[in-house]
Amino acid sequence: MKLWRFNGGLPSLAEHKNESVNLPIECSNVPSKLVYPLRQHIGNAATPLVTVGDKVLRGQKIADAQGLISAPIHAGSSGVVTSLEDHLIPHPSGFSAPSITIETDGLDTEITHTPCDDFRRLSVAKLVALIREAGIVGLGGAAFPTAIKLDNQSKARHIETLILNGAECEPYISCDDRLLKERAERVLQGVEILLHMLGAKQAIIAIEDNVPDTFKSIQSALANNANRAITAVQIPTIYPTGGEKQLIKTLTGKEVPSGNIPADIGIVSINVGTVHAIQQAVIDGKPLTSRIITVTGEGVNTPHNLEVRIGTPISTLIEVCSGYTHAAERLIMGGPMMGFALLNDEIPVVKATNCILVASKHEAVTEKLAMPCIRCGLCASACPANLLPQQLYWFSRSEQFEKAENLNLFDCIECGCCDVVCPSHIPLVQHFRYAKSALKVQNHEKHLSDIARERFEAREARIAKDKAERAERSRKKKAALKGKPAKEEIDAAISRSKAKKQTNTESKS
Amino acid sequence: MHFLTSNAPFIAPQNSIQKMMLWVLIALAPGIITMIWQFGYGVLFNIIICVSTAVAAEALMLYLRGRHIAPFLSDLSAVVTALLLALALPTLAPWWIPFIGAFIAIVIAKHLYGGLGYNPFNPAMVAFAVLMVSFPKSMTVWMLPNDLLPSGTSFTDIFSIIIGSTSNNELADAMTAATPLDDMKTRLSLNQTTDEIQSASIFGSLAGQGWQWVSIAYLLGGVVLLFKKIISWHIPAGLLSGLFVISALFYLFEPGVTPSPTFHLLGGGAMLGAFFIATDPVTAATTLKGRFIYGALIGVLTYIIRTWGGYPEGIAFAVILINMAVPLIDHYTQPRVYGHK
Repeated sequence: MKLWRFNGGLPSLAEHKNESVNLPIECSNVPSKLVYPLRQHIGNAATPLVTVGDKVLRGQKIADAQGLISAPIHAGSSGVVTSLEDHLIPHPSGFSAPSITIETDGLDTEITHTPCDDFRRLSVAKLVALIREAGIVGLGGAAFPTAIKLDNQSKARHIETLILNGAECEPYISCDDRLLKERAERVLQGVEILLHMLGAKQAIIAIEDNVPDTFKSIQSALANNANRAITAVQIPTIYPTGGEKQLIKTLTGKEVPSGNIPADIGIVSINVGTVHAIQQAVIDGKPLTSRIITVTGEGVNTPHNLEVRIGTPISTLIEVCSGYTHAAERLIMGGPMMGFALLNDEIPVVKATNCILVASKHEAVTEKLAMPCIRCGLCASACPANLLPQQLYWFSRSEQFEKAENLNLFDCIECGCCDVVCPSHIPLVQHFRYAKSALKVQNHEKHLSDIARERFEAREARIAKDKAERAERSRKKKAALKGKPAKEEIDAAISRSKAKKQTNTESKS
Repeated sequence: MHFLTSNAPFIAPQNSIQKMMLWVLIALAPGIITMIWQFGYGVLFNIIICVSTAVAAEALMLYLRGRHIAPFLSDLSAVVTALLLALALPTLAPWWIPFIGAFIAIVIAKHLYGGLGYNPFNPAMVAFAVLMVSFPKSMTVWMLPNDLLPSGTSFTDIFSIIIGSTSNNELADAMTAATPLDDMKTRLSLNQTTDEIQSASIFGSLAGQGWQWVSIAYLLGGVVLLFKKIISWHIPAGLLSGLFVISALFYLFEPGVTPSPTFHLLGGGAMLGAFFIATDPVTAATTLKGRFIYGALIGVLTYIIRTWGGYPEGIAFAVILINMAVPLIDHYTQPRVYGHK
């Protein structure tokens, strides 16, 4: 299969897969406490369906989707709801947010599931509803509600190609890799469900060429599979090839037009972990209550690939990994390129958590002195979106945000390539995040002031119109009066009233 | 357990200014060695005076501007500027020429414009141009290649000429000569043909005795920089092809009275300019397409200045003039962003 090349990227980024790639998936124990932030997906926060003191079972829906772009949340084990208050959530700024806390009872009692023998008998609408009800969101890290991506019936789009993203390009992470190695059949069944739903002609499973064993296991699974529409492809290991836009370019040569989604060019791309969750939801009838997470880095004694109940505090995972080493310096959720550092390990894992990296001092830079930009252009050569990071930096730093926006700041995927290659050690991505949020605030304020101005102008127009109408009426009246001589009119009125008076007095007497 | 937070990416930077500058210095080594081999130790005096003046001026300016001295001084950018200036200066120039030059480069062309990363003009070339305009006579005292020197020229002779302690003007005259570029220009204006001119001993086999080998050594160093990805190929390729194409055109139409492209490429500072001077990232265009255009414009302008201008060598003026066009070039050569038409 012909492959294409996106601009730049980091072909020689240290992959750090060896630490965890050969460790089979193990099940983590059920913690004494599970914490569920109500917003762990893109869109509206879920609405709680339980109150403090309620008993819940594993798989029971504890919070429901609110609006179209949202997802329900299910309990990961049986127990009692102990709190509906704010709890620290995985967020770069260390925010707390409304969360449901469950104290588990250790019984792990499950609700009854209704498995499905033949998904082909189910209508697409029914399957979309099923996936939505199962609370499935993009498990690659974006956490976008998957049902919306798959709900293709209502839209006039024609999906040609389904891309299964198994390109785990971030260093250290190996959860998708292990999944493909150990549960290839389940993933393939998930792919068949998606092909059935989307009516796509072909499905491509993309795997980086640094994990040849995984490719082999997928290929042998494919050999036993009758569906010829599914193929597996090895792609060059170049960070960030697992980025949706970069992967689409690599596999199809097409680019997703700026501001559009892949479906607009006939492509749907889904992470393999998400496909596994879909298979579990459709075939076994199980909602999303657990996921696979890589716990790694020099800061833990024994790195693991763990199947974890969503909601488990990170401290529990660290215990499974025999605790911290003395080198533990940073607690990072996600990979070292796009992840974020956490304040403490009481924070729970959420649906989007694919990795807990406990980094040592030399695995995660803590201090770097930024020198002035020397305009070397290495950032532009490394940018997978083909942007000019150094120009964006110039305008972001001088707060000329509109100019940065004109240079397509919002096409930045924040992959961090520019940061890593910068000889001046400028935290470029940080500047871009700042500029983006400043622009969002600015645009929102502009939107509000536009509305206010429209309202004001409408009011002014209405008042002016009223005034004009009144003026017109009085003008007409005056004109009508002018038509007859006023004196005559008054005399006529006086004589009329006199005559009336006279008749009145006459009749009285 | 509590942790400190910081922002992604957490991967340590793969590169540093110091590393890039160090590679430039390493890549200059073949050129410097060839220079000493062909033209004697004069260039070493230039290097020593330029580098020490530049480093002192850099430290002084950093101090006056209240900047961190250690990280900025150790980035080696001042050393690179000084070295490029030293290599462009005549090998028998009096000691105050490199001194004033290095001072102008660092204090005026670099720090008064905002220091590292902010100077719009190449500091070494600004200094060179100022010296060229202000002290034209002292800027022509190039030493003869070793092969052509009067026998018995000693190290102390060179030293005494540079510090100006000798009154032996005959010795100095015997040791210096016009550069091939200079000689070519002068004699062409006297209606000599290129064949007549190039039969003189200073022209060597290719493009000037000594000069040709120095140029080839710079080319080698440039290849190292390309290989180490310190520079991209666009600027040198643009500059050399610009110079080649225009000189080849005139050579084809007016042979005999026009020097060959080989002479233009190897007879002067074209290689040093193409790989080391025009590639100064701070003052060059930044987009890939823009860099090729930037290089090509310098190449063409160099030819124009060499041929019709008032100076035998045009690299310095061409670089400074095209530095001015950089914002314009960058504006019109932006790459197509992913997902845009």
